[in-house]
Amino acid sequence: MTMTRGADRTKSRASAVLWGVLGIVVLAVLWEGYKAVGPVAGVELFGTSILPKTDDRSMPHLVDMLTRAIEPVNTSAGSPPVWVAVIGAALNSLGVAAVGWAVGSVVGFLIALLMQRLHVAERAVLPWLILSQTVPLIALAPVIVAWGGKIQIGAFSWDRWMSVAVIASYLAFFPVAVGALRGLQSPDAIHVELMRTYNAGWFRTLLKLRLPASVPYLLPALRLGAASAIVGTVVAEVSTGYKGGIGRMIIEFAQSGTSDPAKAYAPIAGAVVLGLVSAAIVALIGLSLKRFNRQEAAS
Amino acid sequence: MKHSKRITLGVAALAASAALVLSGCSSSSSTTSAATSTDGSALTPVKLQLQWFTQAQFAGYYAALDQGYFADEGLDVTIVEGGTDIVPQTQLADGAVDYAVAWVPKALASREQGAGITDVAQILQKSGTLQVSMADKNIKTAADLKGKVVGNWGYGNEFEMFAGITKAGLDPATDVQLVQQAFDESGLLDGSIDAAQAETYNEYAQILETINPATGKLYQPSDLNVIDWNDEGTAMLQDAIWANTDKLNNDQAYQDQTVKFLTAALKGWIYARDNPQKASDIVVAKGSQLGASHQLWQTNEINKLIWPSPDGIGMIDDSAWKQTVDVAMTAKNLEGTTVITKEPDSDAYTNTYVQKALDALKGEGVDVTGTSYAPITVTLTEGGK
Repeated sequence: MTMTRGADRTKSRASAVLWGVLGIVVLAVLWEGYKAVGPVAGVELFGTSILPKTDDRSMPHLVDMLTRAIEPVNTSAGSPPVWVAVIGAALNSLGVAAVGWAVGSVVGFLIALLMQRLHVAERAVLPWLILSQTVPLIALAPVIVAWGGKIQIGAFSWDRWMSVAVIASYLAFFPVAVGALRGLQSPDAIHVELMRTYNAGWFRTLLKLRLPASVPYLLPALRLGAASAIVGTVVAEVSTGYKGGIGRMIIEFAQSGTSDPAKAYAPIAGAVVLGLVSAAIVALIGLSLKRFNRQEAAS
Repeated sequence: MKHSKRITLGVAALAASAALVLSGCSSSSSTTSAATSTDGSALTPVKLQLQWFTQAQFAGYYAALDQGYFADEGLDVTIVEGGTDIVPQTQLADGAVDYAVAWVPKALASREQGAGITDVAQILQKSGTLQVSMADKNIKTAADLKGKVVGNWGYGNEFEMFAGITKAGLDPATDVQLVQQAFDESGLLDGSIDAAQAETYNEYAQILETINPATGKLYQPSDLNVIDWNDEGTAMLQDAIWANTDKLNNDQAYQDQTVKFLTAALKGWIYARDNPQKASDIVVAKGSQLGASHQLWQTNEINKLIWPSPDGIGMIDDSAWKQTVDVAMTAKNLEGTTVITKEPDSDAYTNTYVQKALDALKGEGVDVTGTSYAPITVTLTEGGK
């Protein structure tokens, strides 16, 4: 019995890998296929470009991107290969995004607790939460940087990376707040009433009933939050000029897009991998909460 | 068994993310602990905001930092890089930094909106903005732009061009086809733009770092035509050092610090003039991603925009300032707006501090005019690597 179950799992895992590889192959075929048959000047309709140009500057060959990725960044002495530089930058961004995600998750969860505890808070705060996500990041970034520039408490001084982390947390807290609230409110009335018959107060009900019940809602929210934190970090790096991360690298390499177009794709691929890695880390954290995770499918 | 494995994995993941959080905290926190000058006294912390990322456009400041000129003046200078949404003059007016590098017209626009800032040193004496076209298009003057597809970046970078087109007797709205250009030159190279905007020290070099498919070699200056707004008479002043007006008027310490800051910064630019290769190396070592040959080109081109400075580097030339203000008040973009609507007040610029800095440098026997300056020849490589 266990044998077959184990075999089944290996089989399903193998097929998952297969599908993943297939997806990448399909993307590659689409890219090169369109490049081969598409019109060099692209397709325009009424002056707006509908299909992209296919020349080597607009769409470099995949082979060129890969070869460029193993060549050094530039000719100065000790310049690392592009892919090494990309990994370094990705790790840097991951660290900043992790700070943003952690802060955002804690803040989001606390807001959810408050909203669950006080119905009036929910009605007062929830619309503001939604409103907060409509503020464009590019309007926010300079303000946060300017505020941060003035903070100086003793030996502590505000660094640019903290602004980036704050912006990342600003994006990350929202899904967590909303998801956690739904989770905390998910227990059926009959269960809440059962707790009441036990004479359990709000805190005990929270601990024994609401928190465990919130897990299936919380985990996807945390994953969403992680993805948002990565996006926030990448965008905020560009917008605030924080150095060392993948977002900054994307725009720096894009600057040489005219004369070295294949170079720009390595950090973009790095950003994609970064998103996947962060989702995987959160999924691993979720494994330890598996006991409470009844409805959500494992990912 | 299965259960405990899961918990172990989860704990491992938690530990990993905690490590990430901590590394995020520690790796990026710069060590600015108790900087002292050579004689042991504490240095005054000063922040300089750039318009963009580290590149040789700012070589002088990096050279001054690297050569210890700032420390010699008792200053602990932090050079703050720009970003796409960081407006240097706003950071300065908000008090987040002590000095900022900004283009004059953009800064004047911010002044009109209430930013209290003053131009204390005009580093670039000439404009570096070009309108570049392929030689076979025969676009040599602003008048030749008639009926052509003309690219511009917008964001306040376009006014010299609009003024030039208007001055040539054309109407920017009807006589030329204006298109928004990305911050690179691909539109020019693939033929979708006839004349594209480019800075001599950056985008123009990127064209020259690209293979010309017709010849199989890199594009040569002879393959291109350029319209130089300095020749067309609509050039505007670009990179200048701006300071906080309020503090300049009321704070004696800030006034003294400004003279010291300018003395060191100008000395850095003089170093970049006399040692372009070393200055470029300093910038590359500071983590510029564009390659060494590109940065050397940029250093050289920036030097050409500074030197010679007959009145001394950093002095604000009255007539160039007037021309900038004139263009800023008269040139209309497509929306019909001008950069500024009225003459800037007398606090907009001052030569007081740069004059003191120049006197100090002359006292040290430094050549501040660069009368005998001659640019070097830079060979570009493919991709600027």
